[in-house]
Amino acid sequence: MTPATLLADDFTAPGPSIFDFPPIFAGGPSWLTKPVLFAVVGAVLVIIFAWSAFAKPQLVPRGMQNIGEKGYEFVRDQVARPFLGKDAERWMPLLLSLFFLILLWNFFGVIPLIQMPIASHIAFPFVFAITIYVIKIYLGIKHQGFIGYFKNMMFPPGLPKPIYVLLAPIEFMSNLIIAPFTHAVRLFANMFAGHLILAFFSAVGFWFLFDKLTPLGAPLGVLGVGMTIAMTGFEMFIQFLQAFLFTLLAAMYIGGSLHSDH
Amino acid sequence: MSVLAEVSGNIGAIGYGLAAIGPGIGVGIIFGQGVQAIARQPEAYNLIRQNMLLGFVLTEALALIGLVAPFIYR
Repeated sequence: MTPATLLADDFTAPGPSIFDFPPIFAGGPSWLTKPVLFAVVGAVLVIIFAWSAFAKPQLVPRGMQNIGEKGYEFVRDQVARPFLGKDAERWMPLLLSLFFLILLWNFFGVIPLIQMPIASHIAFPFVFAITIYVIKIYLGIKHQGFIGYFKNMMFPPGLPKPIYVLLAPIEFMSNLIIAPFTHAVRLFANMFAGHLILAFFSAVGFWFLFDKLTPLGAPLGVLGVGMTIAMTGFEMFIQFLQAFLFTLLAAMYIGGSLHSDH
Repeated sequence: MSVLAEVSGNIGAIGYGLAAIGPGIGVGIIFGQGVQAIARQPEAYNLIRQNMLLGFVLTEALALIGLVAPFIYR
């Protein structure tokens, strides 16, 4: 047995149980936990932000309006216009609120004292994904007709006939079952895994530097703290990317329902 | 029937390792080809990056399902 295994014998890595929270105050309702509280706080913060940025727009933007317009331009040029074309402006309120809310919820994962990405509870991303899913099917049937929607989805024109035997069920599955599932699970799993990684490295640092400080274990603890810092930076990049990708896919689904040719 | 080979330890962790092989190769191909395309035609950067990200999220979905599966089928 090497010294390292001796030291690490009692160390237990944090598991999925770190996502379970008790009610905030004793005797409170069991659903009123930390993630639920901060989901509401995040939503209120986004509303305040949007209000202060866009309620009284000025020709020369100042303060909050500067930030708001940068965000608006980013979502419009990178997400809305490529997928929605001339309908981009109509869908910007939905896409912008989605982007800002998910971004803030994700950033809660690295903000000290909060340190809980809201989307790491699968219910939150699933509500978003189901909302987009309902909008997608509603728009598809409205703009292409009930028969036309399924025909465009399952039988894209211009392919040899026998291909459709294979293609139709695959397209049906991927559009109606797998797409909403992966849409939600992508955001959830990234936040879940990211939070676990951060928790693991900080637990390593805490264990070897505070709980069991030994000459052999100390370098390992320093490594754990260093990795925590590096991973926090990486995690912030992932959090931004996932908020962006969630909005991008939402725009893609909406755009695909509005215009039949893809 | 005699046992020829056996895996011990956490099956979920091994399963995720296996699930990460395919998407790992796929994501590598997507970004490799994407960077090559940008190097060949830097003026098409916006179009290439967008399609690159789209391909990336669709490939990554497989790895993520692999990550979630052990928690679902416990």
